[in-house]
Amino acid sequence: MVELQINAQRGFFDLQLECSLAAPWTVVFGPSGAGKSTLLRVIAGLDRPNYGRISIRGQYVLDTETGLDSLPGKRGVGLVAQQSSLFPHLSVTANVAYGLASLSRAAKQQRVCAMLDLVGASHLAARSPRALSGGEAQRVSLARALAPSPHLLLLDEPLSALDAGARDQVLTRLQGWLGEQEIQTILVTHDAADALATEAEVALLLEGKLAAFGPAHEVLATERNRLLARLKSS
Amino acid sequence: MDWQAFALTLKLAAITSAILICVAVPAAAWIALSRSRWRLLGEAITGLPLVLPPTVLGFYLLFLLGPRTSIGRGLASLLGHPLAFSFAGLVVGSVIYSLPFAVQPIVAGFAAVDASLLDAARLLGAGNVRMVSTILVPLARRSLLTAVILSFLHTMGEFGVVLMLGGDIPGATRTLSLVLFNQVEGFDYAAANQTAAILLFACIAALLIVYARPGTLAPRPLTDGRPFRGDNG
Repeated sequence: MVELQINAQRGFFDLQLECSLAAPWTVVFGPSGAGKSTLLRVIAGLDRPNYGRISIRGQYVLDTETGLDSLPGKRGVGLVAQQSSLFPHLSVTANVAYGLASLSRAAKQQRVCAMLDLVGASHLAARSPRALSGGEAQRVSLARALAPSPHLLLLDEPLSALDAGARDQVLTRLQGWLGEQEIQTILVTHDAADALATEAEVALLLEGKLAAFGPAHEVLATERNRLLARLKSS
Repeated sequence: MDWQAFALTLKLAAITSAILICVAVPAAAWIALSRSRWRLLGEAITGLPLVLPPTVLGFYLLFLLGPRTSIGRGLASLLGHPLAFSFAGLVVGSVIYSLPFAVQPIVAGFAAVDASLLDAARLLGAGNVRMVSTILVPLARRSLLTAVILSFLHTMGEFGVVLMLGGDIPGATRTLSLVLFNQVEGFDYAAANQTAAILLFACIAALLIVYARPGTLAPRPLTDGRPFRGDNG
């Protein structure tokens, strides 16, 4: 369960949001510039809102009134952004192991292998991030974010570099695994097909405000009809 | 050729550069990463020796490290001799005088590292020390090399601070710059030419190392299609 009460002003843009996300998968849907990425950065602790309270699994990680602002690494949050941010000077294995500093060498190695296997990137273990394609880099980024066992996974259009087939495959596998591990996920997308593909609750974000919130087939009914109409006409 | 002064100059430059790199990395990391308003003051203080006349800096250091201040007296009782007019005093002066030549290239190198890499490291639990040592330093290693070489050369060629703070004591504080000055003052132009040539060629050779990056002489592609990610990105 993630509870959010956020007011973040960035120039002329104002992100105002108050909601509780209880579903295992929540899709934040909205056009470019709606504030989706800002929302994820605020939850992750990379941006500080002007005012807000955030709790993850009942634990407050931010409360601007009391001055509480947990460090990003202490929030139990993993983030995979659209553009992979793999450390270019470290191997794929070292990248995935970066968040496992507290584990023993053997445990670290085991965890890295398991995570790379999960995202179908075991064969990339020894490579440098420079030698990866966009899709491969996104898979490795996902493995790196999952390695420290976060309570909450934030996905900012993380699979955009994969083709539709590979994306569906990774998403289905990931959804099953995250469900087993009880890792709550918030997926940001501006693609209605992505939002409809996952049976999730959808938060529709428009100009920094929560315009609708509920099951995908209700919130995205208009988008769904538009996609169907496009399919019929083509 | 005054080999004693030559060896002393190299020793001073090497010790100063080694101390500076230890001081400049944390200072540069703070300047590059901090959101505090004090950062501006930090930048101004570390950049001050660039614009301050060396004699002014030398005068203040001479006063500060001399017997008139409690710092000077404390250091004298600790070391058994006053810091002014000693090699140790010269090292202190050189570190302060060459500080901007170490800090500024490293700040530039750190600032050029993609911010999303630092966000990723923070999210993976890295504190400031780990982030600097495992992400910033490796990605800005060419800037660190530049900082070391510039500090070394700047220390080799300093004159005003050395003269004010160290005097001109053979074997203790007489560096090549002072030897050159003395040779010109004594109309020994042949020896002065030799000393100046050594300093000149040392500087050219070191700057060639700074500018010679791998592939510098190869034709540069217009773009490699990847975003810039630090020095080696």
